[in-house]
Amino acid sequence: MNWSEFFAMNGYGFYVWGSYGVALLVFVVEILMVRHRRTLALRQLRLLNESGEV
Amino acid sequence: MAINWFKYSAPTTFYGLAGKLIPFFAWPAAILFAVGLYIGFFVAPTDAVQSEAYRIMFIHVPASILSMFIYLIMAGYAALGLIFKTRLSSMMASALAPTGALFAFISLWTGALWGKPMWGAWWVWDARLTSELILLFLYLGFIALQASIEDPRRADRASALLAIVGSVNVPIIYYSVQWWNTLHQGSSIKFSGTSMHVAMQQSMFTVLVACWLYVIAVALARVRSIILERESNTQWVKELAEVKK
Repeated sequence: MNWSEFFAMNGYGFYVWGSYGVALLVFVVEILMVRHRRTLALRQLRLLNESGEV
Repeated sequence: MAINWFKYSAPTTFYGLAGKLIPFFAWPAAILFAVGLYIGFFVAPTDAVQSEAYRIMFIHVPASILSMFIYLIMAGYAALGLIFKTRLSSMMASALAPTGALFAFISLWTGALWGKPMWGAWWVWDARLTSELILLFLYLGFIALQASIEDPRRADRASALLAIVGSVNVPIIYYSVQWWNTLHQGSSIKFSGTSMHVAMQQSMFTVLVACWLYVIAVALARVRSIILERESNTQWVKELAEVKK
C-alpha cells in the first residue's frame, strides 16, 4: 500500500478525512479556547489586584 | 476516615489539585489517540461491506458514547450542586457542558459523513439522529441559560433543572435503535459477543479511553478558570502566585 492509496481510502477519502479532520480541529480549537479563558481570567484578576492596591 | 473528601470539594483546594492532575490525563490521552488511530488505520482490515468508509467508526462511536456519558455526569454534578449547594459541583457541570456539546457535534458531523456514502443521505429524521440532535440542543440550552442569568448561584439552579429534566433524552438515544425502526444500525458490540474484528474493537476502545482522558483533562482545565472567575473577590485567589506576578 502506498500513501496516495492510503489517502484515497478507496474512494471514501473525503468522508473519512472530513470526519477526522473536523474532529481534530474541534479538539485543537477547544484547547485554545480553554487556554484563552485562563489568560482572560488571570488578566482580569491582576487588574482587580492593581486597582485594590492603589 | 483518613481522607477528608470535603476538603477536596472546596474550590480552594481543588484549584491546585486539578492543576497537578491535568498532565496525568492529557499525555496518556494524546498517546492513546495515536495508538488507537494507528490500529484503526494500519492494523484493522478493510471491511467487506463498507470498504474503507467504516473507519469513521473509530471516532464516531467513541464521540457518540461520550456525548451521552458527559451529559449524565454533567446532570449528576448539577443535581449535587442543587441538592447540597456545593459550589464546586455546579462549576464542574458548567465545565463539562461545552465539551459535551462538542462531542455531540462530532458525533453528528462524522455520522453525516458516514451516512452520505452508506445511506445516500447526509441526514434523515430518524429516531437515533434526531434524539442526538436534541442532545446537542440541550447542551447549548444549558450553556445559554447559564450565560443569560447574571447571578451565578441562580444560574446554577435554573440550569441544573434543565440538565436533570433533559437527562431523560439519554436513554431515548441509547434505546432508539431498538424502540423504533431506524436507518441507524444497532450496536455491533453486545454483551453476548460481537461480530467485529478484534483490531477494530481494540482501535475503538483505545480511542474511547483516549476521549475519556481528554474530557477529564479539558474539564479540569476549564473548571480552574471558572473557579478564578467566580472566586475573584476572595483573598486566596488574590494571593495566588499566577495572579500576583
